[in-house]
Amino acid sequence: MEKFDFIQMSVPAKPEYVGVIRLTISGIASRMDFSYDDIEDIKVAVSEAATNVVSHAYEGEGKGDLTLGFGVYDDRLEIMVSDQGESFNYDEVKERIGPVSKKEQVSPITEIREGGFGLFLINTLMDEVQINNKYGVIVLMTKYLDETEVTLHEQVPTE
Amino acid sequence: MNLKIDVSEKENLTIVELTGEIDVYTTPMLVEKLTPLTEVKGNNVQIDLANTTYLDSTGLGAFISAFKSSQEHESHLEIINVKDRVLRLFKVTGLHKIMNINSDETERSEKVNGKV
Repeated sequence: MEKFDFIQMSVPAKPEYVGVIRLTISGIASRMDFSYDDIEDIKVAVSEAATNVVSHAYEGEGKGDLTLGFGVYDDRLEIMVSDQGESFNYDEVKERIGPVSKKEQVSPITEIREGGFGLFLINTLMDEVQINNKYGVIVLMTKYLDETEVTLHEQVPTE
Repeated sequence: MNLKIDVSEKENLTIVELTGEIDVYTTPMLVEKLTPLTEVKGNNVQIDLANTTYLDSTGLGAFISAFKSSQEHESHLEIINVKDRVLRLFKVTGLHKIMNINSDETERSEKVNGKV
Protein backbone atom coordinates (compact mmCIF):
# COMPACT_ATOMS: atom_id res chain seq x y z
CA MET A 1 0.00 0.00 0.00
CA GLU A 2 1.07 3.55 -0.70
CA LYS A 3 2.90 5.12 2.23
CA PHE A 4 1.52 8.22 3.88
CA ASP A 5 1.47 10.11 7.17
CA PHE A 6 -1.84 10.41 8.90
CA ILE A 7 -2.88 13.19 11.24
CA GLN A 8 -6.17 13.23 13.05
CA MET A 9 -7.80 15.95 15.09
CA SER A 10 -11.08 16.31 16.85
CA VAL A 11 -12.60 19.61 17.96
CA PRO A 12 -15.97 20.60 19.42
CA ALA A 13 -18.41 21.36 16.58
CA LYS A 14 -18.50 25.07 17.45
CA PRO A 15 -17.91 28.09 15.18
CA GLU A 16 -14.95 29.36 17.21
CA TYR A 17 -12.92 26.24 16.33
CA VAL A 18 -13.18 26.58 12.55
CA GLY A 19 -10.34 29.14 12.62
CA VAL A 20 -8.22 26.70 14.64
CA ILE A 21 -8.80 24.07 11.94
CA ARG A 22 -7.66 26.63 9.32
CA LEU A 23 -4.42 27.25 11.19
CA THR A 24 -3.79 23.51 11.39
CA ILE A 25 -4.45 22.79 7.73
CA SER A 26 -2.42 25.80 6.70
CA GLY A 27 0.51 24.41 8.73
CA ILE A 28 0.24 20.96 7.15
CA ALA A 29 -0.13 22.32 3.61
CA SER A 30 2.83 24.68 3.95
CA ARG A 31 4.97 21.85 5.34
CA MET A 32 4.13 19.99 2.11
CA ASP A 33 5.27 23.00 0.07
CA PHE A 34 1.92 23.87 -1.49
CA SER A 35 1.88 27.28 -3.16
CA TYR A 36 0.40 30.27 -1.38
CA ASP A 37 -2.71 30.19 -3.58
CA ASP A 38 -3.21 26.46 -3.09
CA ILE A 39 -2.92 26.83 0.69
CA GLU A 40 -5.57 29.56 0.62
CA ASP A 41 -7.84 27.35 -1.54
CA ILE A 42 -7.41 24.41 0.84
CA LYS A 43 -8.17 26.65 3.84
CA VAL A 44 -11.45 27.79 2.29
CA ALA A 45 -12.48 24.26 1.24
CA VAL A 46 -11.78 22.75 4.67
CA SER A 47 -13.52 25.66 6.40
CA GLU A 48 -16.59 25.13 4.21
CA ALA A 49 -16.79 21.45 5.16
CA ALA A 50 -16.23 22.26 8.84
CA THR A 51 -18.79 25.09 8.70
CA ASN A 52 -21.35 22.61 7.34
CA VAL A 53 -20.83 20.31 10.30
CA VAL A 54 -20.91 23.19 12.80
CA SER A 55 -24.12 24.66 11.33
CA HIS A 56 -25.90 21.32 11.40
CA ALA A 57 -24.69 20.55 14.90
CA TYR A 58 -26.36 23.82 15.93
CA GLU A 59 -29.62 22.99 14.19
CA GLY A 60 -29.81 19.74 16.13
CA GLU A 61 -28.84 19.15 19.72
CA GLY A 62 -26.09 21.74 19.58
CA LYS A 63 -23.51 19.26 20.74
CA GLY A 64 -21.00 16.97 19.22
CA ASP A 65 -17.55 16.87 17.76
CA LEU A 66 -16.01 17.42 14.40
CA THR A 67 -13.30 15.00 13.37
CA LEU A 68 -10.73 15.67 10.68
CA GLY A 69 -8.18 13.36 9.13
CA PHE A 70 -5.27 14.54 7.03
CA GLY A 71 -3.51 12.05 4.75
CA VAL A 72 -0.12 13.43 3.75
CA TYR A 73 1.14 11.69 0.59
CA ASP A 74 4.17 12.44 -1.58
CA ASP A 75 2.03 13.94 -4.33
CA ARG A 76 -1.16 15.01 -2.59
CA LEU A 77 -3.03 15.95 0.55
CA GLU A 78 -6.25 14.16 1.41
CA ILE A 79 -8.58 15.72 3.93
CA MET A 80 -11.49 13.98 5.55
CA VAL A 81 -14.08 15.95 7.48
CA SER A 82 -16.60 14.03 9.54
CA ASP A 83 -19.48 15.05 11.77
CA GLN A 84 -18.97 11.95 13.87
CA GLY A 85 -17.09 12.33 17.11
CA GLU A 86 -15.41 8.95 17.15
CA SER A 87 -12.20 8.33 15.26
CA PHE A 88 -12.53 6.60 11.91
CA ASN A 89 -10.78 3.87 10.02
CA TYR A 90 -9.35 5.93 7.23
CA ASP A 91 -9.14 3.20 4.60
CA GLU A 92 -12.53 1.75 5.43
CA VAL A 93 -14.22 5.14 5.10
CA LYS A 94 -12.49 5.79 1.77
CA GLU A 95 -13.93 2.55 0.39
CA ARG A 96 -17.54 3.44 1.00
CA ILE A 97 -17.32 6.99 -0.22
CA GLY A 98 -18.55 8.06 -3.67
CA PRO A 99 -18.14 11.07 -5.94
CA VAL A 100 -20.37 14.11 -5.58
CA SER A 101 -23.37 13.74 -7.87
CA LYS A 102 -24.01 16.32 -10.58
CA LYS A 103 -27.30 17.25 -8.96
CA GLU A 104 -25.57 18.55 -5.85
CA GLN A 105 -23.35 20.87 -7.81
CA VAL A 106 -23.84 24.47 -8.83
CA SER A 107 -27.27 25.99 -8.95
CA PRO A 108 -27.77 28.98 -11.24
CA ILE A 109 -27.00 32.39 -9.79
CA THR A 110 -30.69 33.35 -9.81
CA GLU A 111 -31.40 30.60 -7.31
CA ILE A 112 -28.67 31.48 -4.89
CA ARG A 113 -29.43 31.77 -1.26
CA GLU A 114 -27.12 32.90 1.50
CA GLY A 115 -25.00 29.98 2.58
CA GLY A 116 -25.59 27.92 -0.54
CA PHE A 117 -22.00 28.20 -1.74
CA GLY A 118 -20.26 25.78 0.56
CA LEU A 119 -20.22 22.61 -1.51
CA PHE A 120 -19.79 24.59 -4.70
CA LEU A 121 -16.62 26.20 -3.35
CA ILE A 122 -15.23 22.88 -2.12
CA ASN A 123 -15.77 21.42 -5.60
CA THR A 124 -14.23 24.41 -7.31
CA LEU A 125 -11.17 24.77 -5.11
CA MET A 126 -10.16 21.12 -4.66
CA ASP A 127 -9.07 18.59 -7.30
CA GLU A 128 -11.30 15.72 -6.14
CA VAL A 129 -14.26 15.66 -3.76
CA GLN A 130 -16.19 12.69 -2.49
CA ILE A 131 -19.09 12.57 -0.08
CA ASN A 132 -20.61 9.84 2.02
CA ASN A 133 -23.73 10.42 4.05
CA LYS A 134 -24.61 6.92 5.10
CA TYR A 135 -23.08 7.14 8.54
CA GLY A 136 -23.15 10.81 9.33
CA VAL A 137 -21.64 13.08 6.70
CA ILE A 138 -18.08 12.57 5.61
CA VAL A 139 -16.39 14.74 3.01
CA LEU A 140 -13.15 13.52 1.48
CA MET A 141 -11.23 16.05 -0.59
CA THR A 142 -7.92 15.87 -2.35
CA LYS A 143 -5.48 18.50 -3.50
CA TYR A 144 -2.51 17.49 -5.65
CA LEU A 145 0.84 19.14 -5.15
CA ASP A 146 1.20 19.83 -8.84
CA GLU A 147 -1.74 20.18 -11.22
CA THR A 148 -0.02 17.90 -13.74
CA GLU A 149 -0.14 15.09 -11.18
CA VAL A 150 -3.89 14.83 -11.70
CA THR A 151 -3.60 13.56 -15.23
CA LEU A 152 -0.67 11.32 -14.34
CA HIS A 153 -2.63 9.87 -11.46
CA GLU A 154 -5.68 9.16 -13.61
CA GLN A 155 -3.60 7.17 -16.08
CA VAL A 156 -2.37 4.77 -13.41
CA PRO A 157 -4.69 1.76 -13.26
CA THR A 158 -6.23 1.33 -9.82
CA GLU A 159 -5.74 -1.89 -7.95
CA MET B 1 -8.98 34.73 14.11
CA ASN B 2 -11.34 37.51 14.93
CA LEU B 3 -13.04 40.33 13.08
CA LYS B 4 -12.90 44.00 13.97
CA ILE B 5 -15.82 46.02 12.62
CA ASP B 6 -15.34 49.80 12.48
CA VAL B 7 -18.26 51.92 11.37
CA SER B 8 -17.62 55.59 10.54
CA GLU B 9 -19.46 58.40 8.79
CA LYS B 10 -17.77 60.46 6.11
CA GLU B 11 -19.73 63.07 4.21
CA ASN B 12 -22.72 61.10 2.87
CA LEU B 13 -21.05 57.71 3.25
CA THR B 14 -21.26 55.09 5.96
CA ILE B 15 -17.95 53.26 5.88
CA VAL B 16 -17.67 49.79 7.36
CA GLU B 17 -14.05 48.67 7.72
CA LEU B 18 -13.55 44.97 8.28
CA THR B 19 -10.24 43.87 9.77
CA GLY B 20 -9.52 40.17 10.20
CA GLU B 21 -11.31 36.99 9.20
CA ILE B 22 -14.91 36.62 8.06
CA ASP B 23 -16.06 33.06 8.78
CA VAL B 24 -18.82 31.10 10.51
CA TYR B 25 -17.70 32.49 13.87
CA THR B 26 -17.50 36.18 12.99
CA THR B 27 -20.30 36.45 10.39
CA PRO B 28 -23.17 36.75 12.91
CA MET B 29 -21.53 39.92 14.39
CA LEU B 30 -21.07 41.30 10.89
CA VAL B 31 -24.71 40.69 9.94
CA GLU B 32 -25.85 42.32 13.19
CA LYS B 33 -23.90 45.52 12.38
CA LEU B 34 -24.46 45.59 8.64
CA THR B 35 -28.18 44.87 8.31
CA PRO B 36 -29.49 48.00 10.14
CA LEU B 37 -27.22 50.20 8.01
CA THR B 38 -28.74 48.87 4.79
CA GLU B 39 -32.26 49.36 6.08
CA VAL B 40 -32.04 53.17 6.06
CA LYS B 41 -33.49 54.54 2.83
CA GLY B 42 -30.93 56.45 0.78
CA ASN B 43 -28.00 55.36 2.94
CA ASN B 44 -24.71 54.87 1.10
CA VAL B 45 -22.88 51.97 2.71
CA GLN B 46 -19.31 51.28 1.71
CA ILE B 47 -17.72 48.06 2.93
CA ASP B 48 -13.93 48.31 3.00
CA LEU B 49 -12.19 44.93 2.73
CA ALA B 50 -8.61 46.27 2.55
CA ASN B 51 -7.71 44.46 5.78
CA THR B 52 -9.89 41.41 5.40
CA THR B 53 -7.48 38.47 5.41
CA TYR B 54 -9.99 35.65 5.03
CA LEU B 55 -13.46 35.19 3.62
CA ASP B 56 -15.60 32.14 2.86
CA SER B 57 -19.19 31.30 1.92
CA THR B 58 -20.56 32.48 5.25
CA GLY B 59 -19.17 35.96 4.54
CA LEU B 60 -20.42 35.86 0.95
CA GLY B 61 -23.84 34.97 2.38
CA ALA B 62 -23.72 37.99 4.68
CA PHE B 63 -22.89 40.27 1.76
CA ILE B 64 -25.68 38.79 -0.38
CA SER B 65 -28.21 39.35 2.38
CA ALA B 66 -26.95 42.92 2.91
CA PHE B 67 -27.16 43.51 -0.84
CA LYS B 68 -30.74 42.20 -0.97
CA SER B 69 -31.66 44.34 2.02
CA SER B 70 -30.19 47.45 0.37
CA GLN B 71 -32.28 46.82 -2.75
CA GLU B 72 -35.38 46.28 -0.66
CA HIS B 73 -34.88 49.45 1.40
CA GLU B 74 -33.51 51.64 -1.42
CA SER B 75 -30.12 52.11 0.12
CA HIS B 76 -26.83 51.68 -1.69
CA LEU B 77 -24.19 49.06 -0.95
CA GLU B 78 -20.68 48.96 -2.33
CA ILE B 79 -17.71 46.74 -1.51
CA ILE B 80 -14.29 48.33 -1.99
CA ASN B 81 -10.58 47.45 -1.77
CA VAL B 82 -11.18 43.78 -2.45
CA LYS B 83 -7.90 41.90 -2.45
CA ASP B 84 -6.99 39.20 -4.99
CA ARG B 85 -7.72 36.24 -2.71
CA VAL B 86 -11.11 37.54 -1.67
CA LEU B 87 -11.91 38.72 -5.20
CA ARG B 88 -11.29 35.16 -6.42
CA LEU B 89 -14.21 33.92 -4.31
CA PHE B 90 -16.50 36.66 -5.60
CA LYS B 91 -15.49 35.69 -9.13
CA VAL B 92 -15.84 31.89 -8.90
CA THR B 93 -19.32 32.38 -7.43
CA GLY B 94 -20.24 34.99 -10.04
CA LEU B 95 -21.17 37.52 -7.36
CA HIS B 96 -18.88 40.18 -8.80
CA LYS B 97 -21.37 40.48 -11.66
CA ILE B 98 -24.42 41.23 -9.56
CA MET B 99 -22.94 43.19 -6.66
CA ASN B 100 -20.98 46.45 -6.63
CA ILE B 101 -17.46 45.17 -6.08
CA ASN B 102 -14.49 47.43 -6.56
CA SER B 103 -10.90 46.37 -6.63
CA ASP B 104 -8.19 48.06 -8.67
CA GLU B 105 -8.53 45.25 -11.18
CA THR B 106 -12.30 45.43 -11.72
CA GLU B 107 -12.18 49.21 -12.03
CA ARG B 108 -9.63 48.89 -14.80
CA SER B 109 -11.49 46.19 -16.72
CA GLU B 110 -14.81 47.99 -16.44
CA LYS B 111 -13.31 51.15 -17.87
CA VAL B 112 -11.96 49.13 -20.79
CA ASN B 113 -15.43 47.70 -21.37
CA GLY B 114 -16.88 51.19 -21.33
CA LYS B 115 -19.03 50.61 -18.26
CA VAL B 116 -19.13 52.93 -15.27
